Amino acid sequence: MPINLKCYATLATHQPENAAALSVKPGETIRELLSRRGIPEKDVAIFMLNGRSVEPTTPLKDGDRLGLFPAVGGG
Amino acid sequence: MKILRIDTQKRTSAFEELGAYAGLGGRALTSRMVRAEVPATCHALSGDNKVVIATGTLTGTIAANSGRVSVGAKSPLTGGIKEANAGGKFSQMMAKLGIMAIVLEGKPERDATPCVIKIDASGVGFADAADLAGKGTYEACALLNAKHGEKAGIMAIGPAGENLQMAASIQFTDPENRPARAAGRGGLGAVVGSKKVKAIVLDDSGCKAEPVADKEAFKKAAKRWAEILGSHPVTSQGLPGFGTSILVNVINEAGGLPTKNFRFGRFEHAAEISGEKMVEIINARGGKAKEGCHAGCMIQCSQKYVDEKGQYITSGFEYETVWAMGANSLIKDLDDIARLDRACDDLGLDTIDMGCAIAVAMDAGIIPWGDGKAALALLEKVRTGDPLGRIIGNGTGFTAQAFGVDRAPVVKNQSLPAYDPRAVKGIGVTYATTPMGADHTAGYAVTANILKVGGSVDPLSKAGQVELSKNLQIATAAVDALGLCLFVAFAVLDTADAVQCIADMVAAKIGQPFSVDDVVAIGVNTLKDEIAFNKDAGFTVQHDQLPGFFLKEPLAPHNTTFDLTAEEMQAAKVS
Repeated sequence: MPINLKCYATLATHQPENAAALSVKPGETIRELLSRRGIPEKDVAIFMLNGRSVEPTTPLKDGDRLGLFPAVGGG
Repeated sequence: MKILRIDTQKRTSAFEELGAYAGLGGRALTSRMVRAEVPATCHALSGDNKVVIATGTLTGTIAANSGRVSVGAKSPLTGGIKEANAGGKFSQMMAKLGIMAIVLEGKPERDATPCVIKIDASGVGFADAADLAGKGTYEACALLNAKHGEKAGIMAIGPAGENLQMAASIQFTDPENRPARAAGRGGLGAVVGSKKVKAIVLDDSGCKAEPVADKEAFKKAAKRWAEILGSHPVTSQGLPGFGTSILVNVINEAGGLPTKNFRFGRFEHAAEISGEKMVEIINARGGKAKEGCHAGCMIQCSQKYVDEKGQYITSGFEYETVWAMGANSLIKDLDDIARLDRACDDLGLDTIDMGCAIAVAMDAGIIPWGDGKAALALLEKVRTGDPLGRIIGNGTGFTAQAFGVDRAPVVKNQSLPAYDPRAVKGIGVTYATTPMGADHTAGYAVTANILKVGGSVDPLSKAGQVELSKNLQIATAAVDALGLCLFVAFAVLDTADAVQCIADMVAAKIGQPFSVDDVVAIGVNTLKDEIAFNKDAGFTVQHDQLPGFFLKEPLAPHNTTFDLTAEEMQAAKVS
């Protein structure tokens, strides 16, 4: 079940090679995916799932677009 | 500290005591003076208008990020009161010269020769500047630094200000003597131009800032202040690491990056204009990825952006500019966008209003969508006074009128910045209700809406947005009054003792008790002055709303509209 995962800014080093079609397990949560891929959850400030900010306990589903951001600001 | 009044017609000056303005700084001082001394109904380019350039209450101290300058006047763009804020060397030099505010008054004849005003320890001097007339700010400031020394700090206008264009900015030189810091919004460069002032040059040699009243207490509070800024991830990692354009990807992901004159919430080439890409380019070419806009800046969100040969193009290359010249105009070449930013700084134009005006010109078919070279050629027409340049230099609203485009993204005739209010509703409330016209810096609700700073509010829902905007509008006015960089707010909003720390610094500076409530009161009173001015200038509830298409057209990907009424947003205004 592929999802699209993007790791931005300081998290870019965690970007997988197959980011556009990353397999996740059925019912796997964002937290479980991060743990499996070795991405420290404490470094992630914003979990953007299909354009909405969500909690890391949210389960992933087919075709999801997940963006991970560190603390960012500007203007 | 003194107020320096300059009669621009007679070319005379007088220092006076602070009097009724004692205790005020930055935006609190500019807005109080404009409210008290400028008739609200006057023509903004008439001799009745005044330009107030003020240093902040904490400027000139060792407090980190306290060197911002406020410029106030009646805006020719909005017709309301305006405060535009900038970095650069100028504000700290004013503080060292003992000048709280420089006030440009009166108006010379239309054909009078522009002048340069030089202020140093010995006093104030005026010089004809026929040789600088029509010159871009880069050349003008280089000539002025050659004449007055590399140490001098300069405020200058470009050809746009001289030609009284409604989107004209005021540029300030940065620590590298580049005029890349802009008091950009609201056309204040035109007000300076109407007074035939090309530049103000400061030299603080031999001057020392007024000492703080309680040195030990100030040192203690300033140390804690530095810890607060140095430990928050946004001010210590995000902004120094990637500049303000770190926002491109997150606002794009959130579906709020206005694209093609506010038609879509995502730009397919966002990654190519992102902060990550900018830093990659700068590092590959030998530019500089982080710089401060004034001495004592810990955040370092500025940069030196260079071309393929390593030659300097621009600095202060901000998210708002990158968005306006980029996604909103469908331009995806960061070098083209950098050259547009440079052109705006050199011509003395607001990058946000120009980016939106370019997109409107693209909507009108004047130049093709996404064509950065054509956009630059269009902007350059401002330099020659070509009629097309005269149109574009008057900003987004005027350009839309000139070409009969009904899609004009403005509030109070000032163009919207880089967050679509249908996907970030909190910032929409600020756009609609701030006395400044559409302005993101006046109450940056993107924090809780998108960035999870200072709490969390659903950006697609109306709930909580009015209160959020109101509180941020108050906080921002206080930050602007103290001379602090607005970006300190990211750390302040997330740190329990931060506002107390600010109050402690002010108390130690002035040698009188100063509480958290007093900090809040600065913000409230400043907004009251501004709202009262605008009311007298003719603004009503009906002016506190976004253009109709934001209320009617759903924005992809979330397919939401802006659904707050002007009446329900009134609660965002202090009373």
